Amino acid sequence: MDRYPEGEHKVKVELTVNGKDITADVEDRTLLVHFLRDVADLTATNIGCETTSCGACTVLLDGDSVKSCTVLAAQADGRSVTTIEGLASDAGEMHPVQQAFHEQHGLQCGYCTPGMVMAIVSLLRENPSPTEAEVRQGLEGNICRCTGYHNIVKAALAAAEASQ
Amino acid sequence: MIPPSFTYARATSVDEALALAAEHGEDAKYLAGGQSLLPLMKLRFAAPAVLIDLGHVTELSYVRDEGTYVAIGALTRHHDVATSELLLADVPLLARTAEAVGDPQIRHRGTIGGSVAHADAAADLPATLLALDATFVVKGPSGTRSVPAAEFFKGIFETALEPGELLTEIQVPKPAKPAAWSFQKFNKRAIDFAMVGVAVQGTSVALINMGSTPLRAAAVESALASGASIADAAQLAAEGTNAGSDIHASKAYREHLARVLVRRALEEASARA
Repeated sequence: MDRYPEGEHKVKVELTVNGKDITADVEDRTLLVHFLRDVADLTATNIGCETTSCGACTVLLDGDSVKSCTVLAAQADGRSVTTIEGLASDAGEMHPVQQAFHEQHGLQCGYCTPGMVMAIVSLLRENPSPTEAEVRQGLEGNICRCTGYHNIVKAALAAAEASQ
Repeated sequence: MIPPSFTYARATSVDEALALAAEHGEDAKYLAGGQSLLPLMKLRFAAPAVLIDLGHVTELSYVRDEGTYVAIGALTRHHDVATSELLLADVPLLARTAEAVGDPQIRHRGTIGGSVAHADAAADLPATLLALDATFVVKGPSGTRSVPAAEFFKGIFETALEPGELLTEIQVPKPAKPAAWSFQKFNKRAIDFAMVGVAVQGTSVALINMGSTPLRAAAVESALASGASIADAAQLAAEGTNAGSDIHASKAYREHLARVLVRRALEEASARA
């Protein structure tokens, strides 16, 4: 990867990404988000602030939301990663959270959307029927610079309702 | 932003972690959840030559009832501390503090031991563990020792841990009145560190970000012990502190916040008890 020009030492990383096994030798300091985008060629996970603040790069690691800019690919070795590409069914049917974003117009520019959706999938896994306050608290790690929070929260609540 | 180059080493047990630390010496640093260390490395505030990843040391992830105290493995993640039924019942202050750390994604990765060993004076958990009179179990080349929280935090990012030593367990005595707790955190945005924070258990009071380490508000505690009212005792909250000034708040404002938050915390803890 051009992103890591100086490195010499490499580590073998084996991940299951969206159900598919991917193995690669990468430089030790490779971040999970770069592994996903540059090695696995899954570019829907956006890189936002790169400082653990904005949540744009949120993916699921063994089912739990994490910020993939602040996880080493090597730390995720042997584990299972889900990106937003892995949510829809093989037949192309959208995940309930994706469907709710569509119906509630839960996005404006769309940059934060993959991270928002993954954070909500994780939130609903832990708390299937959240209150509006719990949704807002559950999204404290995700920033929408269009400030489109109201419809994002509506989408989370609608997805919870639809999944009951 | 990417971290500076380093060599990655993986430990799968405590013994292996200690052996790797002995092999690589002062060039190595332990990596727990990485939610503090990796951001610092990206900013080049830290540049260890070797990272010893503890993420696969599963033996250090647990919350156990030990009768008079609760034992928590150092690699237990904040989310697991926050949702532990045992802690919610017997030490709710600790569970609720873990719930206040960072955001959900950070709580899924960050560990209690990582937060303690990192020893950021603005962090939430160190102050709560200080208020709870926790004990830290440390393993190293010369064996195992226990360090009381009051003797553990030495300065900015500085602890009683010697080179090569690994924090393995946090022991938290069960408070006599678990419900008599309060955790107050004043910040501008949900994910920010506390500008000032307060952890109260009974009449034990600890302060976040009022000096280079978490601090016990000793003047408040002794005033309460002498029968002072909450309002009067809280006026002493800034005594013995050494808060800094930065873009978020002046020293005087932090001292004001400490007095206000200590009063609120003591009132809430006493109302819950």
